Amino acid sequence: MIIIEYMLLTFLIVCALSVSISKNLLNSVIIFMSYSLIMAVIWVLLRSPDLAITEAAVGAGVTSVLFFIALRRLAQMREHFRKETNQEIE
Amino acid sequence: MNDEIKIIWLKFFNWVMGNGPRPENEIIPPELPPDLPFTRTPDKKHSRFHEITISERLIQWLSLHGLHVFANFYNILSIIVCLLIIALMLMTVADLPPFGDFHNPANNEVVERYIKAGARETGAENIVAGMILDYRAFDTFGESAVLFTGAITVLMILGTSVKKDKSELKRLHLKTHSGFEDRNFLAFAPSLHIYRDDDAILRGVASLSIPVIIIMGCVVIISGHLTPGGGFSGGAILSTALILCANAYGFIKVHEFFSERTFIVSSSSALSIYALAKGYSFLTGANHINSGIPIGTIGDIFSAGLILPLNICVGIVVAGTLYGFYALFSEGEI
Amino acid sequence: MFTKLLLNHYEAAAVILSGIGLANLLLQKNMIKKIIGLNIMDTAAYLFLAAKGWVAGREAPILLQDINGEWITRVDTYVNPVPAGLVLTGIVVSVSVTAVALSLTLKLYEKYGTLNIDEALLAMTEEQKIHEAISEHANEEIAI
Repeated sequence: MIIIEYMLLTFLIVCALSVSISKNLLNSVIIFMSYSLIMAVIWVLLRSPDLAITEAAVGAGVTSVLFFIALRRLAQMREHFRKETNQEIE
Repeated sequence: MNDEIKIIWLKFFNWVMGNGPRPENEIIPPELPPDLPFTRTPDKKHSRFHEITISERLIQWLSLHGLHVFANFYNILSIIVCLLIIALMLMTVADLPPFGDFHNPANNEVVERYIKAGARETGAENIVAGMILDYRAFDTFGESAVLFTGAITVLMILGTSVKKDKSELKRLHLKTHSGFEDRNFLAFAPSLHIYRDDDAILRGVASLSIPVIIIMGCVVIISGHLTPGGGFSGGAILSTALILCANAYGFIKVHEFFSERTFIVSSSSALSIYALAKGYSFLTGANHINSGIPIGTIGDIFSAGLILPLNICVGIVVAGTLYGFYALFSEGEI
Repeated sequence: MFTKLLLNHYEAAAVILSGIGLANLLLQKNMIKKIIGLNIMDTAAYLFLAAKGWVAGREAPILLQDINGEWITRVDTYVNPVPAGLVLTGIVVSVSVTAVALSLTLKLYEKYGTLNIDEALLAMTEEQKIHEAISEHANEEIAI
């Protein structure tokens, strides 16, 4: 049992490090999502199922959706800027 | 001896003062008119033979490379600070009482009271729900208020764009969904949510899974005092159902039953019901008056006094707020 | 010390995670990665709190029934429910903090066209200089 705990905690630290190292924003958001899922498993191991269900719904679900939607909005804005600059050049 | 020294000294003196024998082809520059103090002030900085002092060199170098050097210095310093903080806190953790021991100071008489008398006093089977919605209900009220305030703040920050002409959008929406595809519609609606190609897979999966998600959310909210869950997780699950609906069928479909007005009215009324109910229960409880709210038998759905309606209020606030975040981020309006 | 850290492994992991989150906050230039670092620090604090409430060999704080159908309310059956309640509050508040920070980031990108905080700051100082020059010009015109 304690080996599983060590493995999960190592996964957590590896996920946190790779979030900060990865160059792509989408990659880092997906890694953060998996971090939240591992955190939900850890809440179950710590005998607090309320936290597990909340973390799985809020941390892994809604927070990641917020990040994704913000990234999509940023991509739309970038397209908009590019169009404007192209028009100025023309 | 003495004369030789004198001669050498004179030679040296003449050499220093420039009175020595001059070469034949030396060009003597014409004498410049004397500088009057009122006509021209000598500018030492820009004169030709002025050497750059160290401080000026430092300023020039800093203006060229200063930002770069500061960034490097900042990076190194912040890494050192992080490592120091980690090391200090690890040393503290090593001195903490052992993990999972019953005699830790965290397991004190408060916990004993919650576990021993919680079921009798609140009637909740889930001790955590009884704790956060009965003993510490003001905490949860503040939390719901923080969520609502966050939604209003995002509405103020992102919702300032020009309101779209809704009738025009609706007309175009009907047009695109009645088989006539107008590619120019993309120019009118930069956010692609209103315009959708017929995504059959997404719609099929959504029509199957949205009812299941809604039932799951309602069960988690309603049985919050019996099983793990409660207002927060159930509200989050309901909001994911709304988000899926908006993704599959477009925001206009969601607007038919959940608009900005619905959000404001439902959230603020849920918060006020919460405040009134909990205020009444605190008022009677603090003065040892019988509040008249039946606790019921532990384990039934209709039990645990005020916890069930409070859970429903919190669920409404959380579901509306989280869907509102999503809609504001993608559309600029709820 | 190392064996003690292995005994308190949850707390040690929480401390390391909070350090990583702090490093993200200090070192990353990208605003979205800064927000992710803030979230990592949040979860580290929650992990520490929940680990303090765990007691070995006990069950989750949901009432159990014994053989006769009576509810067990002995203290030595359940783990500490107080940290669970505190962390539940924290998780939901961190979501709203994330949403507000992301919306501010979107506004920053809309104005300056960059997510890099340094570039945005440089653009801000230049803008301020231009504003000062314009206001000085306006003052001179008024004086004339």
